[in-house]
This record gives sequence, C-alpha cells and structure tokens, in this order.
Amino acid sequence: MENNQKNITVSVWRGKEEGGFEEFQVPFVEDQTILDLLTHIQRSVDSSLSYRFACRVGMCGSCAMQVNGKPRWTCRTLVRNVVENDALKLEPLANLPVVKDLVVDMEPFFDKWQEAKGRFEPAESPVQEFAPIKPQDKQRAKVDEAIECINCGCCYAACDVVESNPAYLGPAALNRAWSLINDAKDFANPERLKAVSGDGGCQNCHTNSQCVARCPLQLNPTRSIAGLKKAVALATLKGEI
Amino acid sequence: MSNRIEFKLWLLHRLSAMLLGLFVVVHIVGMIIAIQGGLSSAEILQRTSGNYAMGVFYSVFTIAAAVHSSIGLRTVAFEVLGWRGASINLVLTVFFLMLCVTGISAVGGLVL
Repeated sequence: MENNQKNITVSVWRGKEEGGFEEFQVPFVEDQTILDLLTHIQRSVDSSLSYRFACRVGMCGSCAMQVNGKPRWTCRTLVRNVVENDALKLEPLANLPVVKDLVVDMEPFFDKWQEAKGRFEPAESPVQEFAPIKPQDKQRAKVDEAIECINCGCCYAACDVVESNPAYLGPAALNRAWSLINDAKDFANPERLKAVSGDGGCQNCHTNSQCVARCPLQLNPTRSIAGLKKAVALATLKGEI
Repeated sequence: MSNRIEFKLWLLHRLSAMLLGLFVVVHIVGMIIAIQGGLSSAEILQRTSGNYAMGVFYSVFTIAAAVHSSIGLRTVAFEVLGWRGASINLVLTVFFLMLCVTGISAVGGLVL
C-alpha cells in the first residue's frame, strides 16, 4: 500500500524545569485530538513520555497543557484546529512547577484554593431550617456559572498576573470563592472575604480577561473576581472585615 | 505588610479614581467656561482670590491625585520592576508628600 500519509512535526517539552524540546513525526489523522497524538507518541515512538489524562471527554480537567503557547485541554482540542504549518509545540502548563515532560505539579494551584477558603463550610451547629434556594434566586444565579469549573488550571496558566506575582490566588481559586460567597448555605464569611483580599487577593486582578479567553468551558472568572472586589470593598467600607 | 493593607490601598486607589473622574470633568468644564471671551492670568487670580470653596475643591483634587498616582506607581514598581518592600514604600511616601505640598501650595497661591 502506498504510504502518502501526511506527518505533523510535534515539538514536545522533555525534562523538568530544565530540559528541551524533542521533535516527533506523527501521522496526521482526521479528527485526531492532541491527546490522540500524544498517545501515538507514547505507544509507538517513546514510552518514556509523561503526560496526564483521565476521562478523555472534557470532564476531569487533568489533561491541560500549553498547545502552541496557549493552555488547552488536549482531549477536546482537534489537531487540525491548532496545527500551524504542519507543526505543533506542546509544553507543560505555564505558571506551575514541572514534574516531568508535560506533567506539572498542581499542588500550588490547589493550595491556593485552600488559601481562598475554596471549600464549603456548613454552619457550626445543625441548622433548624434549611434555607430554600429557588432557581430564580439572584444569588444562586451568580453561582450557576461559576460552579461549573472543573479545576483544569487553564485560566491559571493563562493569567499574566499569576506570572508576575506568584502570590496571586489566581482566577480559579477566586472564582470558587465567589461561588461559595453566594451560597446561602455556606457559613465561612466574613473569613472568606478576608482570605480573598490578602496580599495575593482579588485586588491584584487587572481584568485582562485572559482567563475568560482561555477557559475551555467559557466561564467568566473575571466577572467573579469583579464581584469579589465589590463584596470585599463594601464589607471593608462598612467595617465588617 | 499586613494582608488587609494591600486591599485597602487598592480600595483607596479606586475611590481616588472616582473622585478624579468627577473632578477632572468639573475642572475642564470650569476652564472652558472661564476662558470664554479671554481672561488674563491676573484676571483669573483676581477672581479666584478668596474663593475658599474652590480652594477646598482643588485641595481635595490634589490629594486625590497624589494618592492615586502614588498607589498606582507602587503597583507598577512591583509588577514591572519587581521592586517591592520598605524602600519603594519610602520613595513613594516622599513622592506622595511632595505632590501634596507642591499642589496645595499652588492652590494656596491661587486662593489666598
């Protein structure tokens, strides 16, 4: 059979923080994703290549990496949509320490979720009556979008404030805090408002909206952060925190 | 620096921006109205002398501008130059005081 298969040159980051790009020739297949392409390299060319994935269908958020300089989910990115001059460059997510090849250490990212009090905190004592939250409830509407975040880290990698100020909590952690601040069944305030307005707090956001541009779910962390700024500002002016 | 001070500085930056937005419009409209028909600087000084309401307006304007520019430059120093800590705080405190002193003395010259 004649082999007239088109190849793509894929430059893949190899090593840790110190390392370099290694080029692979990978056959182009219609409708193949970046993840398919990495699987081909690992199974057929170099089994030592490290990358992370789990669900393969855009639900788990574990496969994000820099594709031609932009953070993307590899499982939901078609090669034909991002390939430039038959070439691709794959790097680990920006703004996070590299473990090996395309795998980053997500610990700083999740540490910041904790720092922003990104977990639900119920009342200290059992509540006597549940707060009814109707679908049309204004506060609930604010949470609706923010709650869809699956922690992939694309926004964190795209954020230039995180890049210039490593203490900045980042779009994902602040977006999560915003969803909890508007949860009538959560009782972590005003401590959460204080947590999101420390040195690395919401005030650092420049509203450049790179997080919005790069969120694979089209969420709007910038809007959530703007909401936080307003909520913290009002609480500060009222002397509540 | 204490955690909450960073946020309070940011808030002060935003509140001073709101004031400046209003004051700049009043200032420009005032200037346009004042120079209609042509006024010499001596005639302007004659009209502003003793106008204490204007003195208060421009004093607050000066302080808002000093606050806004000092905090803004502090952020630029940190994010662009990586300069942070006591030294930049000291430099910008001096800058802030200089703007206040020169600005308010200019207002004094206009009103007193």
